[in-house]
Amino acid sequence: MVVETDTVMLRVSEVMINELKLEDVTPETFDPDVDLVDEVGIDSMDLATVALVLQDEYAIRIDEDDYPKLTTVRLIADYIRDKQAA
Amino acid sequence: MKTVSSLLDADWYDRYKRISKLNIRSSIYDVTNRCNLRCKGCFFFSSGEDKAAPEEMALGAWERFIDKEKDRGVNLAILIGGEPTLCLDRVEAFYKRLPTFCATNGLIKVDRERFPDMMVGISLWGDEADETVLRGKDTFAVSSKNYYGDPHAYYLYTITPRQLGKTEQIIRKIRDAGLKIHMQLLSNDEGVDGFSWTPDELIVIREEMDEMLDRYPDTVISSKYYHEIITTGRMLGRPFGWKECPSVTEPLDTRNPKPKRLIHFIRWASDLNTMHRCCTSETRDCSTCKDGAAHMSWVMVNKRDHIRTTRDLQNWIEIYEMFAKLYQFIPW
Ligand code: SF4
Ligand code: SF4
Repeated sequence: MVVETDTVMLRVSEVMINELKLEDVTPETFDPDVDLVDEVGIDSMDLATVALVLQDEYAIRIDEDDYPKLTTVRLIADYIRDKQAA
Repeated sequence: MKTVSSLLDADWYDRYKRISKLNIRSSIYDVTNRCNLRCKGCFFFSSGEDKAAPEEMALGAWERFIDKEKDRGVNLAILIGGEPTLCLDRVEAFYKRLPTFCATNGLIKVDRERFPDMMVGISLWGDEADETVLRGKDTFAVSSKNYYGDPHAYYLYTITPRQLGKTEQIIRKIRDAGLKIHMQLLSNDEGVDGFSWTPDELIVIREEMDEMLDRYPDTVISSKYYHEIITTGRMLGRPFGWKECPSVTEPLDTRNPKPKRLIHFIRWASDLNTMHRCCTSETRDCSTCKDGAAHMSWVMVNKRDHIRTTRDLQNWIEIYEMFAKLYQFIPW
């Protein structure tokens, strides 16, 4: 089943907040366009942690080579939807 | 949520962005089990790592292995040994395929026609007297001639407790040879008398390292936060050691919970099959480990923990920049 982008974005934000223990932010207030590396300070190990959860949840594979493209919550959500549609 | 730009002014933010996407993935390779010196306190020989595996002798096997390492995502090959310059064909196999750093005692000159921009880190263990006690000869006399003014070489100065009060003369010698210097502390794996650090000595050497950085900013590649971390063994109130060390070979890493670590890091023995536990001695007690690269990496992998205050984040940036300079990801 392909889910709505907004729902995916909220869930990606939630996973990120929970897995990376981000403070003072909720899925609703997480700006989907904020640069995760330049602004939130996420590195590839953080992304790998988040990817592990999202892969299971959405039954997709997130390739490590694709990490450099996944720089915002919106881009991650788009990526998940594309993978599901493929 | 604290963001990077909310903590930094424009200059610092530019510095942050210059390094934030570098994504350095290093691994370490024992190029050979042999050396043309036998230093007291050399972890490689004292822990028997020279006997851990027989050297792979076929150059073709090295080339195929390095290609596989590249496919595994490694983008920085750190060559150690033994003495890598005893096997320059193997060094060249790395250099042609990957950004490569070569550690050496500097007795053999790396030919710059063959390796024009390979970063070379020359080991130095102190002044003439200490070098003679610990390494059997004053290597600086030879290495400083071999690498005089070389822009792709620096000294990796291992400070021993006997060097207290004497680091400046070493730094001047290196500056006068037209080279740069990075400082680290001896871990004294062989328990040589008088070469283990006491808590008071660590306080004094930290001050001395800070002073050297202030006085010789063009020669010393370092940061005060690095000095703090390496001398206190603490970062943001947490102790360094096995539980937190990032430089553990990934397939051998059974720690649970897993700490933040270097992704895909492996230290390979020279048979290209055996793996060593970590970036340094197999037998070293982690609670006394002073490995400089492991401490730097510890800070580097814990970036988000430093997004707390402006000073914390600037400290993180300085350490990352230092590492990136030492391995030539950004210029000096
Ligand atoms: S030169 Fe390096 S590898 Fe050789 S014995 Fe000394 S510390 Fe060990
Ligand atoms: S000896 Fe040092 S580098 Fe090796 S695992 Fe222990 S703390 Fe890490």
